[in-house]
Amino acid sequence: MAKIIVEVMLKPEILDPQGQAVASALPRLGFTFAKSVRQGKRFEIEVAGDPTPAQLAEVEKAAETLLSNPVIETYVVKIEK
Amino acid sequence: MSFRIGLVTFPGSLDDRDAARAVEMAGGTAVPLFHASDDLKEVQAVVLPGGFSYGDYLRCGAIARFAPIMNSIVTAADHGFPVLGICNGFQVLCESHLLPGALTRNSNLHFLCRDQKLKIENTKTMWTTGFKQGQEILIPLKNGEGSFQCDDETLNMLESEGRVIARYVDFDPNGSRNLIAGISNERGNVVGLMPHPEHAIESLTGPSTDGLTFFTSVLHQLVGR
Repeated sequence: MAKIIVEVMLKPEILDPQGQAVASALPRLGFTFAKSVRQGKRFEIEVAGDPTPAQLAEVEKAAETLLSNPVIETYVVKIEK
Repeated sequence: MSFRIGLVTFPGSLDDRDAARAVEMAGGTAVPLFHASDDLKEVQAVVLPGGFSYGDYLRCGAIARFAPIMNSIVTAADHGFPVLGICNGFQVLCESHLLPGALTRNSNLHFLCRDQKLKIENTKTMWTTGFKQGQEILIPLKNGEGSFQCDDETLNMLESEGRVIARYVDFDPNGSRNLIAGISNERGNVVGLMPHPEHAIESLTGPSTDGLTFFTSVLHQLVGR
């Protein structure tokens, strides 16, 4: 069974206070690698069998209308086997 | 006959009762509307109240936008029907694209609950005609995701067209661009406001009675139609 993955991220110019909070917590735990952190969302959508082009087109549409808000976010659609 | 103003209840709405009370105090007739119906019950204006519609899952207002009642409201709003979205209602209006921009997490990540001073910047919308230009008012602000964000182009448009209806004064509660607390659409019939006028209508329970003017404004505008 394949999964369709939709990842949603805030656009770079949109303030991400959650990511900033994570970035400032990391050094407190001794992790010093992070220059910055941005936090996003990941949707895992199961479909029966391999996703068809029609299904992917539908997912694109859903990603644009519901899963993301194009005013502040971008998304990518991937397939995971 | 008094004017009928609808109050929409979504699953998770909290302030629909207070908004109904504000409508009645202003002299209107409050008409409860339900998210799952597309029937506007012959109301002449609508208030989308505050709360946490659909648990604020996904994004605030994102799921409420697709409720049957919203289809009717979006269609009516395009024809000049007055709509006021308060807090979560503002978020729903942005998600519905009736208003530009989006509301995101407060810059300090805290849920805020405070009496907030605002400056009224536009007294020409259906909901703000009762204020004086530049009038300062004090009404409660309570939200976790009240930071108004948009791109530079949208911000310039809102500012140049005078569509910022209210700004935060003396204190930046959430990192909103240009301290924006509320905006309107081009026509001035749709207004979104992050703070809560419906909680400032009686001196017993509110920090002022300034909030009542939003509701009396729209009633006066309806009379004048």
